[in-house]
Amino acid sequence: MAEIVNNKSPLTRQPAEDTAISPWKEGWRSFKKNKVAVIGLLIVVFFILMALFADLLAPYSYEAQKLANKHLAPSSEHWFGTDEYGRDILSRIIFGARLSLWVGFFSVAGSVIVGLVLGLLAGYYGKWVDMIISRVFDILLAFPSILLAIAIVAVLGPSLRNALIAIAIINVPTFGRLIRSRVLSVKEEEYISAAKAVGMKDGRIIFQHVLPNCLAPIIVQGTLAIASAIIECAALGFLGLGAQPPTPEWGQMLAESRAYILQAPWTVLFPGVAIMLTVLGFNLMGDGLRDALDPRMKN
Amino acid sequence: MFSFTVRRLGALIPVLLGMAFIVFMMVRAIPGNPAQLILGQQASKEAVAAMTTKLGLDQPWHIQFFNYLGGLFTGDLGVSIKTNTPIAEEIWPYLAATIELAIIAMIIAVVIGVNAGIISAWFQNSWFDYIAMIIALIGVSMPIFWLGLMEQYIVAIHFDLLPTTGRDNIRDPVEAITNLYLLDTLLQGRFDQFIEVVRHLILPSIALATIPMAIIARMTRSSMLEVMRSDFIRTARAKGMRMFWVVYKHSFKNALIPVVTVIGLQTGLLLGGAILTETIFGWPGIGTYIYDAINYRDYPVVQSGILVIAFIFVIINLCVDLLYAAIDPRIKYK
Repeated sequence: MAEIVNNKSPLTRQPAEDTAISPWKEGWRSFKKNKVAVIGLLIVVFFILMALFADLLAPYSYEAQKLANKHLAPSSEHWFGTDEYGRDILSRIIFGARLSLWVGFFSVAGSVIVGLVLGLLAGYYGKWVDMIISRVFDILLAFPSILLAIAIVAVLGPSLRNALIAIAIINVPTFGRLIRSRVLSVKEEEYISAAKAVGMKDGRIIFQHVLPNCLAPIIVQGTLAIASAIIECAALGFLGLGAQPPTPEWGQMLAESRAYILQAPWTVLFPGVAIMLTVLGFNLMGDGLRDALDPRMKN
Repeated sequence: MFSFTVRRLGALIPVLLGMAFIVFMMVRAIPGNPAQLILGQQASKEAVAAMTTKLGLDQPWHIQFFNYLGGLFTGDLGVSIKTNTPIAEEIWPYLAATIELAIIAMIIAVVIGVNAGIISAWFQNSWFDYIAMIIALIGVSMPIFWLGLMEQYIVAIHFDLLPTTGRDNIRDPVEAITNLYLLDTLLQGRFDQFIEVVRHLILPSIALATIPMAIIARMTRSSMLEVMRSDFIRTARAKGMRMFWVVYKHSFKNALIPVVTVIGLQTGLLLGGAILTETIFGWPGIGTYIYDAINYRDYPVVQSGILVIAFIFVIINLCVDLLYAAIDPRIKYK
């Protein structure tokens, strides 16, 4: 991805043919050609719109209980049926999209920021800074991730916010290592030596040369991490360690309705489908982004 | 190889110490006095003070940490608040249940995943390839706890084909020797019980195997595709070797490194995923043990349970690293 820097940096010559399209545009072009990736993008956009306009889209309130409507099967009035308190499941799923995407985006944003800082420090300064930070990453990665999340929530107490924090923490080492390895390879490039030779300060080198080079892998990894964050959030909710009732969080909905799987299987079916589709969307999109943006995967 | 093994073991020490430190701090970070937690809210001040001294909680934290480490070295995992027995004594049956489930799940995942990946690469862009990869994509995105619930509903409740919970028939329980029930029933020559144990294993192990299977299939396919483009494969085919042997011998051997990495990593994640599968299928494994402990606020059990799983995870990763050299003689450790 050295081309990104070439376009911005006056310090290196740019080959004439590269000026025509930026690597981002080229990436978008190959992304568009990838049908599966576009399907993923559409699914993601669908759920984002659903989350944004939940108030307008949801036919009923997500918390209003109407016990007379308990466990109604899917019908034209309640497309996805109702749960044990007579709440409309479709409405709860629509509002649930808000929570899942919120946790997905913000937990990943948190891990990217912390991972970026630690990864840059470790990669750019090396030596003992690198050693300490890399060891901490090793230790965090030594735990199976969902288990570490469970441990963190067990300490902080069960809530959606704490689930978000736990998921953010477990993803930090992934991003930190990714950025560290990018920095290490970028650091050896000639334009960095050139920048140093003309007396550029560390901070400017990092922001102008190193950071733009980390962007593509962060976007790819970030998209895939949102997918796993949504599953982890639902898993914590399912175990009763994430969102608490009556929050319409998908995993929590599954936990609440699993006791009624015999009488009302739709209460278990639809929240699960919602989780799976959202996660599938982010996974497809992430795979497509990797093929489009990551030059190592290009044939 | 020997010096690599030694250095790899050496690198483990800070990781293991760090892990112990994290779980040690975990319990310290929980608000409230652990002594109070153990004795309950009604306990007298004197009793709490006595318990605090007994647990060494009145000492500076670094002394406490070294005591904790010393305990770990002698196999002391603490005492469960709920049952008041040493965790090291009661953990094995749970751990054995999880190990049995994880091994079966991993066998399913590896056998199906690797072969699906190989065949997909062999017949790239065929209908098999498309269907296998679509299933794999869905599998990767599947919340396993939901898959487990759906399995229970369809196979077990709706058609009543297989048991939904537990490890054995509660009216005819398996007599534990090693606590690995498959082994125990065979040792006792109880084939009827063996079948029963297998029937109990099917649903949870399939649920647990799904994600690793999908990931292994995808990794095998992409790794195989890369290898099958190389010159020596063309040579093997040019000299008239049967395609089956080209694929399974020449290509697969060379595609194995990334596959082994993924298998190792997935085995560890499987142990984490077990906590979800076990809660759904009422499997009395270490996941259930930790989960119940969280609800009971039995923090020593949470602490030690997590530490034990993380320890196994680290050991598996070590084995994977050491396996590389055995699989691929081109890899030399300097």
